[in-house]
Order: sequence, then structure tokens, then C-alpha cells
Amino acid sequence: MSTLKTRRDVLGTSALRPDGAAKVKGDFAFTSDLNAENMLWGATLRSPHAHARILGIDLSAAWQIAGVEAIVTADDVPGLPTYGLISQDQPVFARDVVRYMGEPIAAVAADHPETCRRALAAIRVEFEVLPALTDAEEAIAGTFAPIHPDGNLIRHQRIVHGDPEATGPIVVEGTYEVGMQDQAFLGTEAALGFPDHDGHGVEVHVATQWLHEDQKQMAACLGLEANRVRLVLGGVGGAFGAREDISLQVHTALLALRTGRPVKMQYGREESFFGHVHRHPAKIWMRHHADNDGRIIKIEARFVFDGGAYASTSSAVLINGVTHTQGPYRCANAVVDGYAVRTNNPPCGAMRGFGVVQACFAHEGQMDKIAAAAGLDPVTVRLVNAMTTGDTLITGQVVESVAPVERLIRETDSIPMPPPLSETPDELELPGGSGITSERRHIRRGVGWGVSIKNLMYSEGFDDYSTARCTLTDGKVTLKFATSEVGQGFVTLAPQIARSVLGVDDVVCDTIDTNIGSAGSTSASRQTWMSGGAVDGACRLVRERLFERVGAEHGIDPIRLAIDDTDVVDTVGTLRISVKDATAGVTISEEFEHHHRPTEDLDENGQGNCHVAFAFVAHRAVVDVDPDLGLVKVVQIATTQDVGRALNPLSVLGQIEGGIAQGLGLAVMEEIIVDNGRVRNPSFTDYLLPTALDAPDVVARLVEEPDPQAPLGAKGVGEPPCISVTPAIVAAIRNAVGRDIPRCPVRPQDICL
Amino acid sequence: MSSAEFYTLKVNGVERQVSDAWVGESLLYVLRERLGLPGAKGACEQGECGSCTVFLDGASVCSCLVLAASAVECEIATVEGLNPDGTLTDVQEAFVTEGAVQCGFCTPGLVMAVHHLLEENPQPSELQVKEALSGNICRCTGYGRIFAAVETVVNRRNGASS
Repeated sequence: MSTLKTRRDVLGTSALRPDGAAKVKGDFAFTSDLNAENMLWGATLRSPHAHARILGIDLSAAWQIAGVEAIVTADDVPGLPTYGLISQDQPVFARDVVRYMGEPIAAVAADHPETCRRALAAIRVEFEVLPALTDAEEAIAGTFAPIHPDGNLIRHQRIVHGDPEATGPIVVEGTYEVGMQDQAFLGTEAALGFPDHDGHGVEVHVATQWLHEDQKQMAACLGLEANRVRLVLGGVGGAFGAREDISLQVHTALLALRTGRPVKMQYGREESFFGHVHRHPAKIWMRHHADNDGRIIKIEARFVFDGGAYASTSSAVLINGVTHTQGPYRCANAVVDGYAVRTNNPPCGAMRGFGVVQACFAHEGQMDKIAAAAGLDPVTVRLVNAMTTGDTLITGQVVESVAPVERLIRETDSIPMPPPLSETPDELELPGGSGITSERRHIRRGVGWGVSIKNLMYSEGFDDYSTARCTLTDGKVTLKFATSEVGQGFVTLAPQIARSVLGVDDVVCDTIDTNIGSAGSTSASRQTWMSGGAVDGACRLVRERLFERVGAEHGIDPIRLAIDDTDVVDTVGTLRISVKDATAGVTISEEFEHHHRPTEDLDENGQGNCHVAFAFVAHRAVVDVDPDLGLVKVVQIATTQDVGRALNPLSVLGQIEGGIAQGLGLAVMEEIIVDNGRVRNPSFTDYLLPTALDAPDVVARLVEEPDPQAPLGAKGVGEPPCISVTPAIVAAIRNAVGRDIPRCPVRPQDICL
Repeated sequence: MSSAEFYTLKVNGVERQVSDAWVGESLLYVLRERLGLPGAKGACEQGECGSCTVFLDGASVCSCLVLAASAVECEIATVEGLNPDGTLTDVQEAFVTEGAVQCGFCTPGLVMAVHHLLEENPQPSELQVKEALSGNICRCTGYGRIFAAVETVVNRRNGASS
């Protein structure tokens, strides 16, 4: 017997984005699309120097320009003069000293962007240029005078686990470098601020990853109660970590309060490169000791993360790096030292992968060295060491998450290889693309592997909970949460959850703002787990109330009731009533906070249950390389990802393909070039991003072993795709050209000089 | 802002007056800030990313690189003009159903680029699709679902014409 049912967009289906139609039509309101009557434009004056004393600021010429309505500097910040996610060490505006190229010094509000530009050009700042601290090792050694009252060392963390004297017949070492990557979201920073009529409050529509954290930091700097700073999520054009820190939020609010008029700020691309933190450049030394079968006995490592001028999330990035030293492999003994330091380079902080990208690049390079020394292939050495659920990490933490590492490697290995490069290829298929620079006969193909482990959610005792409210009335559900939708698709997933739990089809998401408790940040691959858990919890509470109501009406114990499709049914009787009919004229509303299990700080030896959960992924890369010209074409990425449960397979695939493209960028083209503290390529002309022609064929498989600790069985899928693909591509290049390439991105000179 | 430029632009078939404008304004700025057409997006200001793609007399251009006042004699078409009746074009629908949209900031530009491609070349090879879209940067999707959307449109148009 079969029942014909219309497919419902419940969990497990590839439900489509509710904002898709608006986005393809150009109707979707990104923050930069917002306007208001009587609106002014805001703009920021930034330091041209990496390190300089400010001797004086002369605003008089700027005030002479018609159309200028406000100019604010450090003197005009009414509250806390500094902000920051972990420590508040970054000035809203530099007062006496600038510590990086691009640091804000003043902001103006005027009638037109061009008026703003002219006003900024008319502000005279007298600098005394100071020597710049740009070498992270100098910051560690203490040989450079402190560039900030908090000192030049942001954090040091040591890990000592097992027997520090252990060794083995195979000893391999390497020093690896990862360049500074930019998130390069397409929609640059933007905000529109509205002052309250009484001048003692402000509403700001902003593109951000975490409304409540922005609200907290803004209120402190503005000297206002948090409830007088109301935030609304404006449409967000990508994030990838770059919107976790404050950028223009305080400036916009300050200008709106000062002028009593709506003020819009929007960075151009060059300013965006200076307006947000980047992925930490890192230098990592690792020495692996292994037995003759290639089994890891001990790892020694030293990490140096250059945090730039201000702390941002550097201390957390450092912890992620050092605690992922071993990768997804068993390791009983370890001695690790990690440093996050302050320099006059651009500030660095969150970017997709958050410290694990750097660690993975190093440990995967090491795995291939062990393989070579033990006479194993790259797959076998990884299978021999693959960790599994129940294994203990070098922090002493037991991996309780599902850890299907062996399966990920085997499934990826079974994905067919791409066909060999044609003997008469189109020039676009060759490394370097059109222009006929490469010749077919010079091309060498290489294959490389990368496998990774990534923590999910925040760590070290932080309770990054999420809040959601579910309101069911007349068969229609309204969901309210403050979860930032940055493109990842939570606005698709949340209604799927409600449809599954409550048997309704009509689900809408309310405005995303601070009129509800925090959702935490859209980062750390955490929103499906955390905000998904909150929406699920709120919907379940509503369902309980619904069952109580239906049970009371029909004299049935509510415990016998269940949702079947769109009906409430008596599981041991005959009652069947649609949810719509059962809620006619009735409103049931419940709020739920989802908290993950508590975590701990690391002790002085780096021991402690500091992470919540883990996800795993394997990548195999195939590349074509022109060894004479140093050009690379990534041909295919085969991948298998541990997702727990694919709640929306199409969205999962989108995360996988998008993450792979970003990891490819880090492997072969993306790097912010910094020369003595000066950024040399702050534009899309000079900072290279993968285009459609650079996109490899991606063959993706999912491993769905629902994680019992995850509220919906699903692990976060955002970060893993971009982590081990980078070392896989670089390993493939090494394989093609037979050279030890210890850094990424790989530049032509790394291949051919 | 001292400004005194008055001119007329023909956008999506309609004559639009631009008043009291600064002559240095780009077509992107005028479309977005003066004519209420925010579909074209600004993301690089250098013609590298394609987010601001519009058609000028049928040619696909980056509107951030065009002085608005220089486009007075041209037929300008924007993403808002693709579907005057409010329905989705086949390209737009395929972008939604194939998962080619994430944050969506690059999407209007890419939709324009795909329409332009299929206008010029109704049966593009895989490489021709990649080359035609290589001037439009997408940071979210890795392009895979965008290629799938193009393939879907080509197949549907083939089915409709056979």
C-alpha cells in the first residue's frame, strides 16, 4: 500500500533557500543596499604607517568643505576607548600612536561619498614614524620595545603529553609557512545607523556574524546601556570569519549620534582589506618520531602565529592550532610550544578553519615525510595512524565524537581518478590558462592527500549558547532567533527543523535582531548544532504544549500523541487531526536556549577537555604542473566528509565546494603581501581569488554517522572542506615536481627556482 | 557637494532623469543611489569581480568602470529588467533550484553573465562556460552549483526547442 504525499521540505531534503528568489532578482536587501531619508555617508581616515606617533591632528581644512556634517576622533568616543572580542586592546580611533597600516584615526559624515573622500584628504595628521616590529620572532625574544601596553606576546601555550623523551627509528622534521589569507567576502563591510530621537540610543543595521557581541562592544564604547543599542542584521554578503570583530559599527553609531541623522558607512574593497582581520600567517616547526611501520610515536612542534597589532581572537586561534598538532591521527607523546604575538603587521583573527588550517598544513606535510621514510604510500601511512572514537588527544581529551577517519580515507581512495590530460588539450585546461604559456609536453601530473580533524563550537570554557523562539498559531510557525545568516543557509534549515518537529509547512523566520537572546556567532561550524539545537528545542516545547492541548480536548494521555506528516495522531488509537485544525485560533509560543556541554581551560601543560566536539574530512588532490613556469592547474578534488547527518544535502554540497575553492586559493594563489608592515596588494587586481576557470572538478561523498551528542545528529560542515584540501594540493604539487615545498600559497618561484 | 549635472539615461527601456549629480559618478553609483536600482552590486571597483555587471547596448560591462554621464546614448539593461512581470527567468530559477545561491552578493552579476553567455552561445562547452563566467567572482559556492545551473538551463532550452 502506498500513500501519495507531496514532498515536504523537512530535515534531510534539499529544501531551497527562502531568500533565493530575491537574491537572483537583485531584490534582496544587502546592508549596502539600505538607504534612509536625510541620510549621510560616513568614511574613515586610516593610518598610512605601520607604526607612528601621532603628534597632531588638524581638522580645520576638512571642516571648511561644504557638506561635511561631523568629524570624530578618539576625543569623541564617550565610553570605553577600546574594544575587542577577547581582550579590549584595540582603539576605536588611534589617539597617540598608530600600530598598523590602516588603523582608524578619524571618521567623517557628509552629504556624498565624494565629499567624504575630500574631507578625509583635507585632514592633516602629523606623524613621527617609528620603527615597525614586523618579525614575530623578535616579539617572542623580547628584543623589541613593547608596541602596546599589553606587551608583544599575546599568548604562549605549552602542551606536554605522555613521555617527552620517547623516540623512534624514523625521525622527520620540517618548518612550514602559511601565508596571510583574506576572507574576501564579496559584500564589503556596511552599516546604517539611526539615532534615537532623544540622542541617547541608536539602531544599527549591520552585516555581522554576531549581533549580541557587537551590541555589547558598541554599548561599552558609546557609553550607553546595551538596551539603547539595538542591532538588526542587514543582508550579509559572505563572512568567513571577517565579520566576527567590530569594524565600522562604533564609527557608524557615533556619527549618527553626533549628527542626529541616519549615517551609512560602506567600505570599498581596498578599505575592506584594512578594515577586518585576516588569517594568521604562521610558521610551524614539527618533528615526528615514528616506528618502522610509520606509526607516530611522538610529535614535537613549535607554532608561531603573527597576530598583528591587536589581539582579536589570536589567543583562541593559537589554542586551536596547538591542540590540533596531531591531526586525525593517534599520538601518545607530544611536546608542543605555541606563541601568538603582537607585531605592527595587519591584525589577524578569525577565518574559516581558525588555526587548524595552519596546523593541518604542517602535520600533513609531516605524514608524507613519514610515509617516504617508512616506504609507505600516502594512503597507508594515514590509515595506519587513523584515530577513532575513544582515542585520547595530546590534550588528554578523549574523542567522544564519531570519528570515521579510516572510512573517510578509504572512500576517498575509491573515488575514480580523473582521466589523464589530453595530448591535445584546450589551452584553458593547461596550467596558467589562456595565453599559451604552458606546453603540453612539459606538464607533470601529481597526486596528494590531506586529512583533517576540526573542533566544532567555541572552546576553553566558553558557553556559546543559542536562543530561539517558536510560535505556532493557526497551523503557521514563526521562528525568532538572532542567528546571523551570512549565506550558509540557516534560514533554510530552521524552517526544515520546524516542519519536521511540528508537522506544519508554513514556516517563516522573523527579523534577525537583538530582540531575543544571543545566538552566538556564525562561526566555528557551530550554528547548525547550536542554533539548530535551539530551534529544535523551542519547537519540541511547543509540540509538548500542543499535545497537552489535544490530549485534554480528546481525553487522551498526551504521551500517546505524535506528529505524522502534518497531523497529530494517537499512536494507539484512531484520533487524527491536522496540526492546522488543532491550532485554529490558538497561539503557543516557547523559547529555548541550547547550551553545549561545558569545556575546560587548558592547564600549563596543555591538558584539559577544552573542545566540545570534532568533525573529520579527507581530501585527495590531482594537479597538473608546469615545472618550468611554476604554474599549477588543480584538476580534481576527491573528498569524503564526516557530516553526522546531512540535514540539507544541497547546502552541504555548497559548503564543500565553496570551502574547497577557498582552500585552493590558499594553496596556490591567495596571499596578502606585507612588506615592513605595509600591505602591497589590497585589491582584487593584485590579491588573486579562484575564478570559474580555477575551479577543479569536485567529487564529494558524505559519511553519515549521526553524532549522538549533536542535537540533530548533524555536525557542522562549514570549516572542514577548506582545511585539508590545501595540504592535499601542495602535496600533489610536490609529487608532480619532486621538490620539498614547505609553504603555501605555492608561488611560481617555489616550484621552478 | 557642489554638483550641477543633469542628464537622461535609458534604463530597462525607460528614460530616467538624473538631476544635480556630480559628473564623476559611476554608472553603478547612479543606478544604485540615484535611480533606486540596487541589483548591480559594488564589490571591487576595478572591474575584477563582475558583481556590477549590466548590459550597455547589449554588451556586458562592469558598471563600476563606466561613467554614468557617458552612457547617455546607450540602452542600459540591469538585472531588474530581466523579469519586468516579477517572475523568474529560466536562469534565475535554475540558480535557485540548483543551489547556486549562497550569500547572493555575486548572484545578480552572474545571472546577467549567464544570460549574456547563452544569448551569444546557446550550446556552450564546459570550458566555454567557465571562460565566460571567469570574470565573475563568487566566494561562497566554488562555482560547482553555478555550472550545474547553466547546464540545467541549456538542457531545458534544448528540450523546449526540440
